[in-house]
Amino acid sequence: MSRGPSTTRIALIYPELLGTYGDGGNAIVLARRLRWRGLRGEIVNVPAGAPVPDGCDIYLLGGGEDAPQVLAADGIRQNRAIARAVSGGAAVLAVCAGYQVIGESFPSGGEIHPGLHLVDIETRRSFAPPQTPPPARAVGDIVVEPDPRLALPTLYGYENHAGRTRRLPGAGGFPLGTVRRGIGDGDAGTDGIIDGRVVGTYLHGPVLAQNPALADMLLGWVHGSLPPLDGPPETTALREARRRALAAS
Amino acid sequence: MTTSLPRRFTARTQAALAVERLAAEASRRLGRGSGEMIGGKLALRVAPGMLAEVAAQRRSACVSATNGKTTTTRLLARALGTLGPVASNSGGANMAPGVLAALSKPPFDAVAALEVDEIWLPPVAREVLPRVVVLLNISRDQLDRSNETRRIAAMWRELGGELPGTTVVANVDDPLVAWAAAGWSRQVWVSAGQNWTADAMVCPQCARLLHRNDNGWWSECGLARPEPIVAVTGPSELLWYGRTITARLDLPGRVNLGNAAMAAAAAREFGVDVEAALAAMTGLGDVQGRYQEVVLGERGRRGRLLLAKNPAGWVEMMELLGDAPPRPVVIDFNSQTADGRDPSWIWDVPFERLGGRQVLVTGERKEDMSVRLAYAEVPHSVHASAEDAALAANEKVVDVVANYTAFRDLLVRSSR
Ligand SMILES: [Zn+2]
Repeated sequence: MSRGPSTTRIALIYPELLGTYGDGGNAIVLARRLRWRGLRGEIVNVPAGAPVPDGCDIYLLGGGEDAPQVLAADGIRQNRAIARAVSGGAAVLAVCAGYQVIGESFPSGGEIHPGLHLVDIETRRSFAPPQTPPPARAVGDIVVEPDPRLALPTLYGYENHAGRTRRLPGAGGFPLGTVRRGIGDGDAGTDGIIDGRVVGTYLHGPVLAQNPALADMLLGWVHGSLPPLDGPPETTALREARRRALAAS
Repeated sequence: MTTSLPRRFTARTQAALAVERLAAEASRRLGRGSGEMIGGKLALRVAPGMLAEVAAQRRSACVSATNGKTTTTRLLARALGTLGPVASNSGGANMAPGVLAALSKPPFDAVAALEVDEIWLPPVAREVLPRVVVLLNISRDQLDRSNETRRIAAMWRELGGELPGTTVVANVDDPLVAWAAAGWSRQVWVSAGQNWTADAMVCPQCARLLHRNDNGWWSECGLARPEPIVAVTGPSELLWYGRTITARLDLPGRVNLGNAAMAAAAAREFGVDVEAALAAMTGLGDVQGRYQEVVLGERGRRGRLLLAKNPAGWVEMMELLGDAPPRPVVIDFNSQTADGRDPSWIWDVPFERLGGRQVLVTGERKEDMSVRLAYAEVPHSVHASAEDAALAANEKVVDVVANYTAFRDLLVRSSR
């Protein structure tokens, strides 16, 4: 693959398995935001079953159903490409099922499966005492106030998951933000994680389409000096519409 | 009308039928739609077992799918109409009350062509005991409901075991459907096509990745595309039990030819020959307003109404828009409960293909659609209503692609 020195490579991991909720849109957003700045971006589509390539700059994992989630985790584990890339400075954005997969372990089909150990989180159907009924599926609009260290505006998204996620004792990094509306991780009132350049979240939308500042944060990590980019104006209109709709309901 | 009820109906069912008629009548008078839902609901409350009773003397077909069930049911009803009167829930009410309303009208021995919601198919079919079940496709729809596609396929597969006398007419191009139908006692395999494969990448039987090539799909566990006896082989051509026949429909697009092939294969099980079936199907130009041209607003603008409520449906519409002269396209997009609250599926639709057309956007989630189009680099404008959009279009006739509630509201407004 020919690759100029300034081409940012965006790996879309197993979209057939981890693409149930339009999260492939995150790759489109990143590539366009590079192009609109006059920079070069390339989407590397990694079909399920193919080895995860080394040497990409951003790895994207999306949401998916139970059986495909396990299949994806097993596939990604075949080589340690993502872990190697992360230690070499690559960024990861993992959404929903992908978020669960990058942790220590996650539930599927009544069993607990090992994750990719990229971040110190674990996911279960419930963390409540055994006799308590499991919590309802978290489905609906979600609004997250990002950790102030990130200097990001409010995050808008849509969540749809049965799992509850928590940080392990002594975990690295910090939660992406505080949930203002919706469920997110669950009991802790937070959503997601940022540890180094690995970002996990329950926000679909796709999250980068609704929150371009988050997209630019990822791009800035891997691209160093990122020229400013306003808009597009359509996103500003969308965020304003979401703000109004969610304030009214 | 009670005199026309067969004697064997229980007193409870007779009472329920009266309730159903009264409620439906009242609802119609109040202008609340066809009244099928409310009447059926009340009747089921009075006599929960009555669905089986009103179906008992009929030969029925149930049609289910994520996309195309309404159209296929209408096509099947026309084909069965060559035999005599047909009961059908042509109003689109496709859960138990709607099916009940269709079957609660005399004559009680008329054949029935029933559209049934995917989730409702097992409970309805267990009561109706259809002669034929038509299964078209399963894809993602209404993401927020989290009805996993495989779970629906598994429900259908289980149902087959409970209906030993039923023939399933199934689309071999959808692996989920083929797997669901494999467990039934008798199959008629039809290749109706599938231009959306993203929801059928994993083998429903063994959870390994499916292999695909131009000839079909297969899995390492042995599950593979069955050999079809009926197939869409060209824009107006079918393979039909070993011979090639021409089929011309008034409904546009290859997807509707696939629907017609499924309907004709089902009608054959009732004794309708294919030429008669196809002849009866021509003349159907719109289905509940779909493909119909309506007036948009006061200024004489017109729009052809197209329904696209999920990625698979949008890809079908793209193909259909490709057939027509490139008119301006109005996209009317909502996310009410009936549409699915989560609109993120629009990122799976290749909107880049609309490049070169005038695109106008409206609906309750017009801003979401506008962002999607911005990233697809499709220039577009945003409008307060479909009527406003049509007025801003460069031509007097536009194509309007709407999802469920947007489409319904357009139909209501344009028929005033
Ligand atoms: Zn298999």
